[in-house]
Amino acid sequence: MQASSPSRPIVSLSGVAKHYGKVAALQQVDFELFPGEVMGLFGHNGAGKTTIMKLVLGIIPPSDGQVKVFGQDPLSKQAFEARKQVGYLPENVSFYDQLTGREVLRYFARLKSVPKQAIEQLLEQVGLTHAMDRQVKTYSKGMRQRLGLAQAFLGSPKLLLLDEPTVGLDPIATQEFYASVDKLKSEGASIILCSHVLPGVEQHIDRALIISGGRLLAKGSLSELRLQAKLPVAIKTQGLNGALKQDARFTPYLIAPDQLLVPEQEKLAIIRQLVELDQLGDIRVEPADLERVYQHYLGQGTAASSPNASHQGGPTQ
Amino acid sequence: MNAILAVAIKEFQDGLRNRWLISITLIFAVLSLGLSYYGSVASGQLGTASLSSTIASLSSLAVFLIPLIALLLAYDSFVGEQEAGTLLLLLTYPISHTQLLLGKFVGQGAIMALATSLGFGSAAVLLASQSDPSAVLQSFGLFIATAILLGLCFISIAYVISLSVSEKSKAAGLALMLWFFFVLVFDLALLAVLVGIEEGLSQQQLVQLMMLNPADLFRLVNLASLDTKDVNGVLAVAINRSMSAGGLFSLLLAWVFAPLSLAALIFNRKTL
Repeated sequence: MQASSPSRPIVSLSGVAKHYGKVAALQQVDFELFPGEVMGLFGHNGAGKTTIMKLVLGIIPPSDGQVKVFGQDPLSKQAFEARKQVGYLPENVSFYDQLTGREVLRYFARLKSVPKQAIEQLLEQVGLTHAMDRQVKTYSKGMRQRLGLAQAFLGSPKLLLLDEPTVGLDPIATQEFYASVDKLKSEGASIILCSHVLPGVEQHIDRALIISGGRLLAKGSLSELRLQAKLPVAIKTQGLNGALKQDARFTPYLIAPDQLLVPEQEKLAIIRQLVELDQLGDIRVEPADLERVYQHYLGQGTAASSPNASHQGGPTQ
Repeated sequence: MNAILAVAIKEFQDGLRNRWLISITLIFAVLSLGLSYYGSVASGQLGTASLSSTIASLSSLAVFLIPLIALLLAYDSFVGEQEAGTLLLLLTYPISHTQLLLGKFVGQGAIMALATSLGFGSAAVLLASQSDPSAVLQSFGLFIATAILLGLCFISIAYVISLSVSEKSKAAGLALMLWFFFVLVFDLALLAVLVGIEEGLSQQQLVQLMMLNPADLFRLVNLASLDTKDVNGVLAVAINRSMSAGGLFSLLLAWVFAPLSLAALIFNRKTL
């Protein structure tokens, strides 16, 4: 689906599998990530999200298939310099407790050859200026997470991998985090956001990858996924006072006295009919959100636990 | 900035911050100053202790302390960061496994070397002010240099431990066991073989076996240059047959780099 894109992919995985001994952590994973794209990587604990991250980061080699980052094998010597272009926020990291926030960042900045001046600017960006000279052990969970983000943002990376980035952040900090993500994206950075489904993540991601049990269940933009999943649209009405129950046109879709669950293709017809009703005070149409799309594919993945997930594989193969 | 240097600076600063440098220096200073002053009393002599008896007592004590301190300093270097998650993060940075290992070695080795030089150096200065400075400088120079090598050797061994296990507590237990083996069990076993089995071990074989223990090597190097009347135990037998100081010194050096290479090998194969 992305074959027509003019630019080369930043990350591409083709036919990637990873085994730990006899345990298959990943099977037959393909995807590409293009410049300026934000991809959500969704799945349960142990679904293989972290394994994909480690493969892309060049920490572990794939058992099978090919991983390319910036057009190179991330484990090769040539890719070494390219690591300066990569930012990573691990899921559970406790930074050096006895150091101050500023010292932690200084250490990582040295390793990445990032000039010192960037440190204070980053600390300000994540809102840690007031605490930068305090030891990390005095930090709250949210503050540690922000420090981790500042660390990941070091050196304006072209590729960012963020594992559960908003865990422990309060709503305002979450908002600020997404603002930073949008800013980096507009500067051309590609981002992989890894998470259980996050509320509010939808408007910030271009594409989603849903994995379960080491297999790719679905990939594509949210609208594509919604379309593929054929999830019904919820329509909520107000002011009809139970009139829906008496109308044979609506009863098949009725799930509550004033609420309908309508298949995508029937949506417009039903709305037209509803609008004709005089008593109608208000109408709200809610397409399936990421959460429901995710549940749908996961349900499909477990229900049809046949070894080949052929119908979801996508056209890349 | 060079990645090795960046890590080394951090480890060195950690050593300062955790008071490792000051504690080790103090322990060594008190130990060596005390022995230079009161060492003579224990051996029944009056007046200032002879240089050789001071070095002999210092060696016997340092051989217990230095490995223990070095293991304590370094046993959690990798397994600690692995548990905290920073090891995984570091490996996504433009730094190779070997660079990270060398950086830690340089930083923690510098702490150990500085503490050893300052601590034992203080006794050398004291003795030099009371007797022949050039003789003191020679004996203490060799002693401090070998003490540093012994410390570095056990730092390398600690890295092997730290990279082989996945829990900090296991690393601590293993470090303690290795310390016990090298400074006590090994010599006791040698002594048992020597005494228990007649004609079981020639002198040459004994000395060769001692090369397998860096702690014994350290004692051999230092005691070989002293009067044998200050030396007892298995070592007294060995000293007569020992190799040149230079040969022993390079063997000790090999004992620093062999475990370090092993640690690098393990680290490069380790999956996180």
